[in-house]
Amino acid sequence: MNKVSFENLTRGIIKENPIFVMMLGMCPTLGVTTSAANGLGMGLATLFVLILSNCAISLVKNLIPGTIRIPSYIVIIATFVTVVDMLMAAYLPALHARLGIFIPLIVVNCLILGRAEAFASKNNVKQSFLDAVGMGLGFALALTILGTVREVLGAGSIFGWSFLAEGSDTVLLFIMPPGAFLALAGLILILNAYKAKQGIK
Amino acid sequence: MSKKISLFNLCVTLVIISACSAFLIGSVYKLTEPAISKAKEKKQLEAIASVVGGDFDNDPYAERISVKLKDGTQMELFPARKDGQITSIAVKSSSDKGFGGKIEMMVGIFIDGTINNYEILEQHETPGLGTKISETRFKSQFKGYRPASNDFKLKKDGGDIDAVTAATISSRAAVDALSKAYKGYNRFNLGNKNE
Repeated sequence: MNKVSFENLTRGIIKENPIFVMMLGMCPTLGVTTSAANGLGMGLATLFVLILSNCAISLVKNLIPGTIRIPSYIVIIATFVTVVDMLMAAYLPALHARLGIFIPLIVVNCLILGRAEAFASKNNVKQSFLDAVGMGLGFALALTILGTVREVLGAGSIFGWSFLAEGSDTVLLFIMPPGAFLALAGLILILNAYKAKQGIK
Repeated sequence: MSKKISLFNLCVTLVIISACSAFLIGSVYKLTEPAISKAKEKKQLEAIASVVGGDFDNDPYAERISVKLKDGTQMELFPARKDGQITSIAVKSSSDKGFGGKIEMMVGIFIDGTINNYEILEQHETPGLGTKISETRFKSQFKGYRPASNDFKLKKDGGDIDAVTAATISSRAAVDALSKAYKGYNRFNLGNKNE
């Protein structure tokens, strides 16, 4: 793998992490991360849609006139989201029920349209694929970490496995909506402090 | 972007993209439809098994019957039998009065008229508030509950059921669905006696 490809693949994971650095796709980030499993499920669904849409868009980018590229991209993205929605309803009904409205809302996740516009429409299929994998993994990783932090603090469990005695008091705030903001801010703080220490800009 | 831009060109491009997308969605729908309805059926079966209290040896889903209430509501009933005798029935009931729209539930009622339990099948209530209607604290009020009349109500409305704090509308809708289920049970029970 040459240097450019490697850079495209790994960039999204930490250096340009869609959530902790670029602040894209905040709606599902704050909405579904009440548990680690929800975060992971949402992250993987987004990863899947992102890979498909990035590849499809970089394939057809030369056939679409510039003036209607945005509506075209949205149709393509919406198609893949609907496909993922139906597949999840069929084979992972429990997760599908928990993620609910956030699956159809992947259509308007600015991470996906952002990568389509900023990357896939200017690069070839291979690079777009690598970019999608990197960005999608970064997104899924961030969502899982955020979900884990909120679940540990708010529910006293990890991936549904409880480590506290039943009836123990937990910081319920963290699984309520305001907790999402607090946990996200805390994680960004830690990441930025680490970066500052390492001298990475 | 090398193509010449004209109105015709734009329309054709969009039509082609939309047609491809429609074809793809259609095929995936065909592919997943059986699995989706199977998953829904499974959820109903699990709900039935959970509300009727485990002690049955027939297939309530296969023996399902449908009854009509006085106000025209159609309702599905699933009788659970032990050695051929009906011990309890599961009633699929719903209410449109929820805070987020429809609430659908499976209610288990013993043949003597005591409510056993219920499971929410579908709801769109506010997470953390209205969704508490599916939690034990609210639910346990109905375990062994034997309503004096067909219309049971919240304490606020002159009945004897505690609402979930800060979720009166959701609680009212849950009670509405339960009360409908009870009417369905009564209808079924009367029909049985007449036979």
